[in-house]
Amino acid sequence: MSTIIAQSSILESAPQTPSESPKWFSDLQQQAWADFQSLPMPSRGDEVWRFGNLKQLDFSAFTEGGASEVKFQIPSLPDGVICLPLAEALQSHGDLVHEHFMKSDARLGSAKFTALHKAKTKNGIFVYVPDSVEVEEPIEVSHILTGSNEAIFPHTLIITGKNAKVSVVDRFSSSNEDDAGLCIAVNDLIAGEGSKLTYCAVQELNTNSRMIQVNATNVGRDAHATAFIANTGAQWARNESVSKMAGEGAHSDMLSCSIPAGTQQYDQRTYQHHASPHTNSDLLYKNTLYGTSKTVFSGLILVDEGAHYTDAYQTCRNLLMEDTTEANSMPGLEINADQVKCSHGSTSASISDEEIYYLCARGITPQLARRLIANGFSTDVVERLRNEKLETIVLEAIERKFATV
Amino acid sequence: MSSDTATVDRETQTAIDIDRSKGDFSFPENHKYDAGVGLTKATVDYISDVKSDPDWVRAFRHKGLDTFLDKPMPTHWATEDLENIDFDKIRYYLSDGQKPKRSWDEVPPEVLETFERLGVPEQERAFLAGVEAQYDSEAAYSNVKEELEKDGVIFVNSTEGLKEHEEVFRPWFGKVIPTGDNKFSALNSAVFSGGSFIYIPKGLKVKHPLQAYFRINSENFGQFERTLIIADEGSEVMYMEGCTAPKFETATLHSAVVELVAMKGAKIQYVTVQNWSSNVFNLVTKRGLAHEDAEVRWIDCNIGSRLTMKYPGVVMKGKRARGEVISIALANSGQHQDTGAKMIHAADDTTSNVVSKSISVGEGRATYRGQVHIPKHLKGCKNNTECDALMINATSKTDTYPAITVRGNQHVTQHEASVSQVSEEMLFYMQQRGISEAAAMSLAVNGFINDLVSEFPMEYSVELKRLIELEMEGSVG
Repeated sequence: MSTIIAQSSILESAPQTPSESPKWFSDLQQQAWADFQSLPMPSRGDEVWRFGNLKQLDFSAFTEGGASEVKFQIPSLPDGVICLPLAEALQSHGDLVHEHFMKSDARLGSAKFTALHKAKTKNGIFVYVPDSVEVEEPIEVSHILTGSNEAIFPHTLIITGKNAKVSVVDRFSSSNEDDAGLCIAVNDLIAGEGSKLTYCAVQELNTNSRMIQVNATNVGRDAHATAFIANTGAQWARNESVSKMAGEGAHSDMLSCSIPAGTQQYDQRTYQHHASPHTNSDLLYKNTLYGTSKTVFSGLILVDEGAHYTDAYQTCRNLLMEDTTEANSMPGLEINADQVKCSHGSTSASISDEEIYYLCARGITPQLARRLIANGFSTDVVERLRNEKLETIVLEAIERKFATV
Repeated sequence: MSSDTATVDRETQTAIDIDRSKGDFSFPENHKYDAGVGLTKATVDYISDVKSDPDWVRAFRHKGLDTFLDKPMPTHWATEDLENIDFDKIRYYLSDGQKPKRSWDEVPPEVLETFERLGVPEQERAFLAGVEAQYDSEAAYSNVKEELEKDGVIFVNSTEGLKEHEEVFRPWFGKVIPTGDNKFSALNSAVFSGGSFIYIPKGLKVKHPLQAYFRINSENFGQFERTLIIADEGSEVMYMEGCTAPKFETATLHSAVVELVAMKGAKIQYVTVQNWSSNVFNLVTKRGLAHEDAEVRWIDCNIGSRLTMKYPGVVMKGKRARGEVISIALANSGQHQDTGAKMIHAADDTTSNVVSKSISVGEGRATYRGQVHIPKHLKGCKNNTECDALMINATSKTDTYPAITVRGNQHVTQHEASVSQVSEEMLFYMQQRGISEAAAMSLAVNGFINDLVSEFPMEYSVELKRLIELEMEGSVG
C-alpha cells in the first residue's frame, strides 16, 4: 500500500506554490517544508500529547487531490472591507497578508503539522476590516472534503482594525459518509484595538476522517475576541487553541461544544496567555460523550510577570452519557503576576436519576428526557456567542448530531 | 517599587533564617561506616555488607541501582533544577555502627543534644506512643510504649523489620511502590537505610501517634529512609514524621519511599511536617494501598527544602475504600514546592478527596500536580479536588497541573482551583482596627489555611501556625 501511494503522499511531495503567488510566499512554503521534515514526530513522553492518540498521526496515505471544494457565502460588505479567497488576497494584498500570516508559533504540540499546513496551504479566506467599520452579517466559508484519502489545508486569516467588528464561520464537512479525508486547518485571528472579532468553526466531517485545527488569537488593547469550536464529526479531531491577551484591557472568550459518539475521539488543548495587565479571558469547553468515545482536555492559563490585575477563568465540563465513555481533563494554571484572579474547574459526571425522574413525572419518556438534558447541557455554551445567526448555525449542527445518537 | 521589593525580600530572608535557626546546627561527624562519595555497584555492596543484608535484599538493591541508572530525569515535565543534583558528589551511607537505643540515656551525647534541641524526647513524654529518631543513615533511638508492644505492635527500623519480621515485611515490601515507579524510588531501593517498619495487629486502635524524626547532620549527604506501615484488619494508627537539617552551602538529597498498607477496615493517618533547610532536594515517593472499607489519609505540610517533589497517593483497591490528601505548602524565595496527590480508584464505590492550599511568598514557587484515575467497569467512584493558591508578592509564582481521567458514567469528579491575593481592602480593614500591616498579613494567611491546620494533631497545629507566622514576617508587599 505504501509504495503505490508514497509517490504523491502529502508527507513526500514538496510544496507546489502557484506561480502567481508572491515570492515571499513561495519562499515561506519551501522553508516550512524544510521545517516539517526536520521537526520530530510527537512521541509518547510529550506532555502536550498526554492521553493523546499518536496512532492517528500517520498521514502517509493522504494525498493532495483537487476534488475538495471551498464555498464562500459573503454578505454585502461595507466599503474598505477586504474579503477574498486566500489565493487571490496573496496576489492583490500580498503585503497585508505577509504582515500577519502565521506569525505565532504552534506551542501546543502540532508544530510539525502546522509547518505542513504552512507548506501546503493554498486555500482559505482572508478578511480585513478597516478601522471603525462593522460587518453585521457573518461571513461563511464551507470546506467540503471530497475524494478518497484527500487532504486539505484551509487557512483563515482575519484582521480587524481599530473599533471594527466582524464574525466569520468556517464549516468543515465531507461530501459523503465513506471517503476518509484529512483536514489540517489553521486560523489566525488578529483583533485590533477596541475591535470585536468572532470566529466560529463547525466541524462535521464524516467518521472516517481526521482533523487538526490550530487556532492563534491575538487580542489587542480593549479588543474582544471570541473563538468557538463545535465538534460533531470526524473519527479523530485535535484542536489547539492559543489566545494571547497582547494589549491592556484585552478580553478573550474561548468556547467549545463537542458531542462525540461511537468511537470518536476529540483531543483539545488550550492556552490562555496573559501578556498585559488588566486583561481577562474566559474559557468554557463542554463535552457530551456517547458510545465508546473519548475526550482529552488540557488547558493552561499563563499569567506573565507584570500582567497584574488579570482575571482568567477556565472550565471544562464532561457529561458522560454512557458507561463506556472516557473523559480526561488537565486544567492547568501558571501564575507569575500579582493581583490576579484565576480559577479553573473541571467536572465529569452523568445525568442524575432525579433529573430524569423530574421530567418523567411530567410525562416525558426517559429517552427524551436524557436527550433534552444533554441538549440543554450542550447549548448553554452556544448562547455565549451572543450572535443569533452564529448560534443558529451551531445549534443546527448540534441538532443534526443529536438526531443520530 | 523595585527597591521596595528588594527590602521586602531581604526581610523575608531574615524571617526564613530566624525560623531555620532551630534546625540549623551540626556536630562534627563521627562515622564508623562511610560508603564514600558517588554511587556504583560497590557502594550498594558496601551498604549491604555493613547491614548484613539477606541475599534477597542485596538482589533488590542491585535491581534498584540498574533501574535508577536506566531511567532518565523526568525533566520533560518536572523542573530543570533536578539537573543540579550531582549524584557523584553525594555520600550515600553514613553511620556510627551503633544499634538504635531504647533509652535516651544510651544515645551518644551529641545525638541526644540534637534531638533535645529539636524537642523530640519532650514530645515523646507529652503525647507520643512511640518514637524513632534517625540520625543520618541509621536510627539512633527507637522505642515504643510497653503496653503497645504487649498488644503485638511492631515499631522498628526497616533493617530490623526485614530481618526479624520477614514473614510480615516481605510480602508488602516494594509492592505498593515498585522499584521502577520513578527514578527516585529506584534510587531509594538501591541505597535505602533507616525508616520505620510498623505493624498494627487486627482490631487494635492505637490512641497516641507514633513518631519518626529524620535528622541530617552531615554535608553532601543523601538520606534514603524506607518506611512500611501495615495496619491489619480493623486497626487504626496515626504516624507523624518531622525532619530538619543544618543549612549547608552544598545541596543535600533526601529521597524516601513510604508504603502504607491498610487492610480491610483499617485506618492509617500519615502526618508530615517537612521543614528541611533550603539546600535540600526533597524527592519523595509516598503511596498507600487501601483495601475494602479502609482509609488512608495523608496530611502533608511542606515548609522547607529547596525543591520538594512529593505527590502522596492512594490506591483504593477494595470496595468503599477512601483516600485523602490534605496538603499545605509554603514556598519562600529560593524554594519550589512541587506537591500534589495521586488518587487511583480500583474498586467500586471508592471515594477520594484532595484539598491543597499553597502560599507563595517573595520569589517562591508553589506547584500543584495531581492525578485522578477512574478506570472502566467501576461504578460509584467519587473524587473531589480543591486547590487554592495564595500569592503574597508580585514576584511570587504558582502553577496547577491536574490530570483527571474518568471512564464510564457512574462516577462523579470535580476539580476546582483558585488563585488569589490578600486584597488591599482586607489589609486596610484590619489596619483600621489598629493591627499592624505585618500582623494583618499573617492573620489573613492563617485564615486561608486555618481549616486545614485543624486537621493536624493539636501539638502540631500550634507549631505550624507559629512557623507560618515566622515565615510570613516582613513579607508584606
